Amino acid sequence: MKYQTQKIAYPYILCALALFAVQVLVGLVAGWVYVAPNFLAEIFPFHILRMMHTNALIVWLLLGFFGAAYFLIPEESEREIWSPVMAYIQLVILMVGTLGAVVSYAFEIHGGREFLEQPLWVKLGILVAAVMFLINVTMTVLQGRKTAITNVLLMGLWLLSLLWIFAFINPENLSLDKMYWWFVVHLWVEATWELVMASILAFILLKLTGVDREVVEKWLYVIVATALFSGILGTGHHYYWIGTPGYWQWLGSIFSTFEVVPFFLMMSFAFVMVWKGRRNHPNKAALLWSLGASTVAFFGAGVWGFLHTLHGVNFYSHGTQITAAHGHLAFYGAYVALNLAMFTYAMPLLKQREPYNQVLNMASFWLMTGGMCFMTFTLTFAGTIQTHMQRVMGQNYMDVQDSLTIFYVMRWGSGLAVVIGALLFMYALLVVRRKEVIAPGASNPASSESTPIPAE
Amino acid sequence: MAEMLTKSRARNIFYGGSLFFVVVFIALAVHSHYHIVNTSTAGAPLTEAVAHGKSVWERHSCINCHTLHGEGAYFAPELGNVMTRWGVQDDPEGAFEVLDAWIEAQPSGIEGRRQMPHFELTEEDKRGLAEFLRWADQTNLQGWPPNDAG
Ligand code: HEM
Ligand code: HEM
Ligand SMILES: [Fe+2]
Repeated sequence: MKYQTQKIAYPYILCALALFAVQVLVGLVAGWVYVAPNFLAEIFPFHILRMMHTNALIVWLLLGFFGAAYFLIPEESEREIWSPVMAYIQLVILMVGTLGAVVSYAFEIHGGREFLEQPLWVKLGILVAAVMFLINVTMTVLQGRKTAITNVLLMGLWLLSLLWIFAFINPENLSLDKMYWWFVVHLWVEATWELVMASILAFILLKLTGVDREVVEKWLYVIVATALFSGILGTGHHYYWIGTPGYWQWLGSIFSTFEVVPFFLMMSFAFVMVWKGRRNHPNKAALLWSLGASTVAFFGAGVWGFLHTLHGVNFYSHGTQITAAHGHLAFYGAYVALNLAMFTYAMPLLKQREPYNQVLNMASFWLMTGGMCFMTFTLTFAGTIQTHMQRVMGQNYMDVQDSLTIFYVMRWGSGLAVVIGALLFMYALLVVRRKEVIAPGASNPASSESTPIPAE
Repeated sequence: MAEMLTKSRARNIFYGGSLFFVVVFIALAVHSHYHIVNTSTAGAPLTEAVAHGKSVWERHSCINCHTLHGEGAYFAPELGNVMTRWGVQDDPEGAFEVLDAWIEAQPSGIEGRRQMPHFELTEEDKRGLAEFLRWADQTNLQGWPPNDAG
């Protein structure tokens, strides 16, 4: 850690991890309701569990992005963060808002648009926090060195904050409501967040592999260009059946097919950079997470997204367990794993010690990733059968669900693996150890003091 | 990557191209907005009851169990075509009566069956909900869903 204010990332990471724990634990409970439907039905019904699960997810991912920005911007712009005080106030606002939302959900006070259930005062708090953040990091970047990584990161963060405006726009006309709702949801995960993902990935790979900055940054621009060229009109894959014009069936199918490209490029980018690497960085766990994130993102978003994105397929699969399968693996690969990669990279530096507990950390990677893949498979099977029985044969929804119980039981098992993996990850990252549990081999440097490389 | 593609060229393509697609998207979104208002949802008036029904729908976050036009949670049946499924799409009074009976019968308490919670709704709320669901059902969804099962 070269700059004092990078420390701001530390409380952000801690809060993000706490909400990550909440997210997966509540997810496990929601998954149990699928297995044993009477569980908690009267005191804590499914819709409350579900909104806690998804809201905790979104907020912790954003906290992770903010933390990552506070960590990498000083290094990139070679300046301390403009106002550390503002950064801490921003965190307090976000945490008060989140806890306030959780408490009000428990009392069944909430909005009614999926993912945007936060009460108005929490939504406004998020807006204020976002503005504070943007002012803070933009001032820092303007005064310092400008790199492609900070350019793209800031552009992603500015645009995603701008799109948040649509969280306040709720027309009485249901179809209009849906059309603008996707401005937040789709244009977040399939456009602006991809910019954030690509720039964080570029930063980590630059540090871990020591590849020439020129090369990394050229890749970065190509990746984000393909992301926005496909992702903006790709919004059309949500405009097939909600009252929007028919031309979206073609536009959406074609452009969202191209959405696979940026995810394929990010995966290739990660592997090529490691291949060309000039530095043997000791933090192997961070490397595993970076490669893993880009790979699973390609499968979750790219492959599972393409699976149901053509309008001829989507006509039958729309709003079935196939959607849930895709949502889980895409979010996990692209944004959960990427954040965990950044945490794994940054924590040893923030605490100024060796990258400890790497073997445990890597074990948690495989446990979580294995669990999420298994969950995706079970939901995909469930969704395929559901699509056939309900959408093709026309059988009643509730009867069809009764025949899917076995898949929901298996999904719960894989959810348990994910929870154990997540807790293991937190242990590996937070609990202090002097030495690696399994001693590294001779050619595997264990110091976190990576040797400086030329041109950096 | 090819030598032709320098970093600054890649950057300019990114900015220029993105701007182009943003402009196209905004134009199509404006057109879609008018299409929704004037064509696809124009079959029935958006009355005060419909608007009230939508706010009831949101206050109780029905979307976090049900899908509506295929969007939402996957825990409970599709409701965008429920009025057709119940055979009361063209019968406002019948729609209210069936929905009223349904809401008041929840939760079923049947062991091993997914439960819908009990919601405290006034008659105005329930009339609004019925109108909202009838209004949603008449939207032109390009032929979706494939059948009445939703
Ligand atoms: C990391 C990026 C992505 C994330 C996090 C993500 C996440 C999600 C989520 C959560 C939903 C469900 C939304 C709802 O509740 O209705 C969804 C729907 C969908 N996604 Fe993605 N997605 C990503 C990328 C993609 C890509 C690249 C494609 C296409 C190639 C795609 C295709 C779709 C389609 C077609 C639907 C609609 C499913 C339906 O009709 O029910 N997604 N996505
Ligand atoms: C312990 C593991 C988990 C379990 C048991 C679990 C369970 C569930 C359940 C039951 C739902 C509701 C599905 C429905 O509407 O019927 C859900 C939704 C969702 N979960 Fe999870 N979850 C887990 C982990 C995760 C993780 C790690 C992520 C992020 C990568 C995630 C992201 C989501 C999203 C985005 C939705 C909304 C899906 C959509 O609308 O398509 N979950 N989850
Ligand atoms: Fe999308």
